[in-house]
Amino acid sequence: MPLLSPQDLQAFGLTLRLAATVTVLLLVLGTPLAWWLALTRSRWQRPVAAVVALPLVLPPTVLGFYLLLLLGPHSVVGHLMAAVGLSALPFTFAGLVVASMLYSLPFVVQPLHNAFESVGTRPLEAAACLRAGPLDCFFSVALPQAMPGFVTATVLGFAHTVGEFGVVLMIGGNIPGRTRVLSLRIYDHVEAGEYHQAHMLSLCLLVFSFSALLAMSLLRPRRRQRG
Amino acid sequence: MRMFLCCLMALGVLIAPLPAPAGDGRHITIAAAADLRFAMDAIVASYRQEHSRDVIDVVYGSSGKLLTQIEQGAPFELFFSADSGYPQQLVAHGQAGGQPVPYALGGIVLWSASIDMRKVWVEDLLQPRFGRIAIANPQHAPYGKRAEQALRKAGIWDQLQSRLVYGENVAQTAQFAQSGNARVGIVAQSLVVDPAMAGGSYVEVPPTDYEPLQQSFVLTRHGAGNPLARDFAHYVQGARARGILVRYGFHLPDAAGG
Repeated sequence: MPLLSPQDLQAFGLTLRLAATVTVLLLVLGTPLAWWLALTRSRWQRPVAAVVALPLVLPPTVLGFYLLLLLGPHSVVGHLMAAVGLSALPFTFAGLVVASMLYSLPFVVQPLHNAFESVGTRPLEAAACLRAGPLDCFFSVALPQAMPGFVTATVLGFAHTVGEFGVVLMIGGNIPGRTRVLSLRIYDHVEAGEYHQAHMLSLCLLVFSFSALLAMSLLRPRRRQRG
Repeated sequence: MRMFLCCLMALGVLIAPLPAPAGDGRHITIAAAADLRFAMDAIVASYRQEHSRDVIDVVYGSSGKLLTQIEQGAPFELFFSADSGYPQQLVAHGQAGGQPVPYALGGIVLWSASIDMRKVWVEDLLQPRFGRIAIANPQHAPYGKRAEQALRKAGIWDQLQSRLVYGENVAQTAQFAQSGNARVGIVAQSLVVDPAMAGGSYVEVPPTDYEPLQQSFVLTRHGAGNPLARDFAHYVQGARARGILVRYGFHLPDAAGG
């Protein structure tokens, strides 16, 4: 018996593609958000930080349910998308990307937020005194110093997206080649009594998750012990 | 830093769209009730022996959940339900591409991996030796609804409450029983032919104890006009597919309905 069937490999590829897309988009969108959260003195800072953290505590089914209603063909978003000739988001790869971005948001934004906060404002003020523009400050001072945060954010965002189940089940519909990701494929195998295949895929996920966390701690520059 | 950038670039490569699946044949995706898990795989395999270029993907779930997904725009061309109520709802909501067609009659059985069930009556389930009893969720799984009816008819529904566990659909319910986590499962007769369940024993619940499980399929609005969907719908009503359904423990509507 081959280790992985073509359908398993398809689910594998789809999962990697989903996780990579979500991670890159979240890094692009999450960086300015985390930057704002770290530096602002606005009274909105705490409410926004709480909203960002919501997916940590919400049951994935709640998130999936609201997204299904919010993005479905009978919703405002669905009508708007139909008006410009796009199909509704649920049960499509794009829908999975949107849902997963929300689901993994805190896992990317929080490490970045913490990293920017620990850089603090003093290096930036020093850079500004040396006539660095705001963009220059960000790219030459804040970004390199916050690099460990970026490593953590990337690994956690990627791994968390690979591991999601409840949201993709609600919004994805388990369609082969489009929305049937690894976790759904494993669920399918278990339900069909195909324990051997379920074992193989589960083992892949287990090894992957462990490697991701190990890689994260190896990539992080080691802090010196305080004397 | 450099390593991190390398990782980012690797991510970028992953995003590149996958090559389109090869094959110029036709393709449909079917939503099928969980009790069809083995029978439908066999029917699709049989169909593909004659039409190897056509690709038919099947997604299994509880009929109620699949109906909700289709109404939310899920791209399924055909919907095979475990009862006729859900396809009729699809028609009533204007989301169907035709009228529901009955294709089989399902039955429920009491199944156990560890207890000899062959001479057990539904009423006997009250005995503590039967332990936890798995049924499909009656809210959206037709087999769960029928299990509830049979237990109510036997007058033991209320007393059994604390011992019932609910599967998300009838295939998961069978899994609960097969793995021994529930000592008894009230499941579809079409699932006990699975080799994984061959080690257990079962007894049929008398069909008079529950509403008939009139299995129907319907073309969805999304699938209307799809030639492969029409061909496959036709095939399911043909002699070969009916033979497979009978082999998997279904009754045929004409023979049973009279």
